[in-house]
Amino acid sequence: MSVLSAEHLSMAFGGVRAVDGVSFDVAPGIVFSIIGPNGAGKTTLFNLISGLCLPDAGRVRLCGEDVTALAPEQLARRGLSRTFQNLQIFSHLTAIENVMVGRHRHEATGIVADLLHLPAVGRQNRRTRQAAAEALARVGLQDMAERPAGSLAYGDLKRLEIARSLASEPTVLLLDEPAAGCNPVETAEIEDIIRGIAGDGVTIVLVEHDMRLVMNVSDHIHVLANGRTLAEGTAAEVRSNPAVIEAYLGVRNAREDAGAVG
Amino acid sequence: MSVPVLFGRLRRHRLFPLILLAAMIVLLPLLFPSAYYYRVAALVFIFAIAAIGLNLLMGFAGQVSLGHAGFMGVGAYAVAIGPTHLGIPPLVSFVLGAMLSGLVAFVVGRPILRLRGHYLAVATLGFGVLLAIVFTNEAAWTGGPDGMTVPRLTLLAWSLRSADAWYWVLAVSFLVSAALALNLIDSPTGRALRAIHDSEIAARVLGIDVAQKKLMIFVVSAVYASIAGSYLALMNGYITPDVSDFLRSMELVAMVALGGMGSVIGSLVGSAVLVILPQSLTFFHDYEQVVLGLVVMGVMIFLRGGIVPSLAAALGVRRT
Repeated sequence: MSVLSAEHLSMAFGGVRAVDGVSFDVAPGIVFSIIGPNGAGKTTLFNLISGLCLPDAGRVRLCGEDVTALAPEQLARRGLSRTFQNLQIFSHLTAIENVMVGRHRHEATGIVADLLHLPAVGRQNRRTRQAAAEALARVGLQDMAERPAGSLAYGDLKRLEIARSLASEPTVLLLDEPAAGCNPVETAEIEDIIRGIAGDGVTIVLVEHDMRLVMNVSDHIHVLANGRTLAEGTAAEVRSNPAVIEAYLGVRNAREDAGAVG
Repeated sequence: MSVPVLFGRLRRHRLFPLILLAAMIVLLPLLFPSAYYYRVAALVFIFAIAAIGLNLLMGFAGQVSLGHAGFMGVGAYAVAIGPTHLGIPPLVSFVLGAMLSGLVAFVVGRPILRLRGHYLAVATLGFGVLLAIVFTNEAAWTGGPDGMTVPRLTLLAWSLRSADAWYWVLAVSFLVSAALALNLIDSPTGRALRAIHDSEIAARVLGIDVAQKKLMIFVVSAVYASIAGSYLALMNGYITPDVSDFLRSMELVAMVALGGMGSVIGSLVGSAVLVILPQSLTFFHDYEQVVLGLVVMGVMIFLRGGIVPSLAAALGVRRT
């Protein structure tokens, strides 16, 4: 059974069909990548899946359950988490506090208990901090824990977002261009992190422009162009698909650049 | 454990600033030459309570309210109307007023807090103005623009009357209010609120019910304002609709911004500046308000972020 599936999803902005009848199934525990040229509809598709936009038509299922109309916070409680292409960091919190917020769905909260700082709140805080510290260590940011997040470097913030999502112990993790703007060294670190998360059995849905990263980590690739599904399959299948090569490079140079796609 | 180690642990405790503050509050009256000083200090505590409540909403959750004096009015008129017209003892009226404020905040907060930024500001402003009009027009209950007397608060057989008695009662109330707010910072609710301030969308995808959290803190901040309003009415023994008017709301916002958004101690400092300064500027006669305005502008320009956070940053202290 698929852990996440899209059924004929469509979304138009004015006259532009950003996503047009896209369907896919994500098997549990795999790295599923969505690629496509700029404007192919990848981010819109992500927003539909994560509940930030409501589709004009179609359904999203999470573990078999129809979650199309659910809000992001409801999806989060069902185990779907995501990161953002343009960072959404809590910049006034420290790095570790950012990750502690990721633990929110596992915390018992009550305004009265929190105002009185009852002993249970203190105990839970220690557990939350411990779990957050582990998540930070997994992305290599343990030394940055007490720094204000706003003062971290861009590449660190990218990893901080992943740690924050990871702390929520998601079943499905959506990564929206985790390597965008990163240099080759940082990209290699991101790749290791993604492999590590996948190794723990978390299903990953990845949108990414860095083709080397996508080809290295993906179990399955779904190619979009102009809001529609262009092709799908393993890295090798997609890489050799003429339609994909054409969409990325144009017909003229297709043959000589075929290798560059990989 | 050695003394330095013990002191180090104490210093890192979240309530450490309040321990220092409590010591200052105890020693401060030694410098007071007259009852007038007790009274001014008591007023500072009252407005600090209201400012802390508003700061939870503005500084933590990042939501503005330009109508918070309306809740001060609810609390003030509760302790005036309760005993006078309904025969409810002052202390019970005090609690009922706080509960009523919380209820009103819960009901109006639901639709209002959907709004953002300027729209939220205008909606809360309208709400505050509306309450002030009610207090002015319902003359049969409130005495209209002339206001009404408020019966003295009697605790057991002890009637709270003198300025120094009020000083101690309000000092304790202030410390409790501040402690609750400081408790909140490092709790799941506090982290969620601060997260909402920085990125609502990220807070939502991490499972935080943003609308519910905003509503909850709006209710808490309304209760703070209501309690401050009740104290003000009880201490003055008299109340007019001015307690809830627009200028008062703006004053509360100014206190929060001046002292420092998100800084609990800052709210006390902001309140102290805006309560004490006008009293000490009477020297300037007609130009008092002008000088006050210039001082406030100067602080905001040169100590961006508010007095306490700016000074704390300069001294390398992190949490205030």
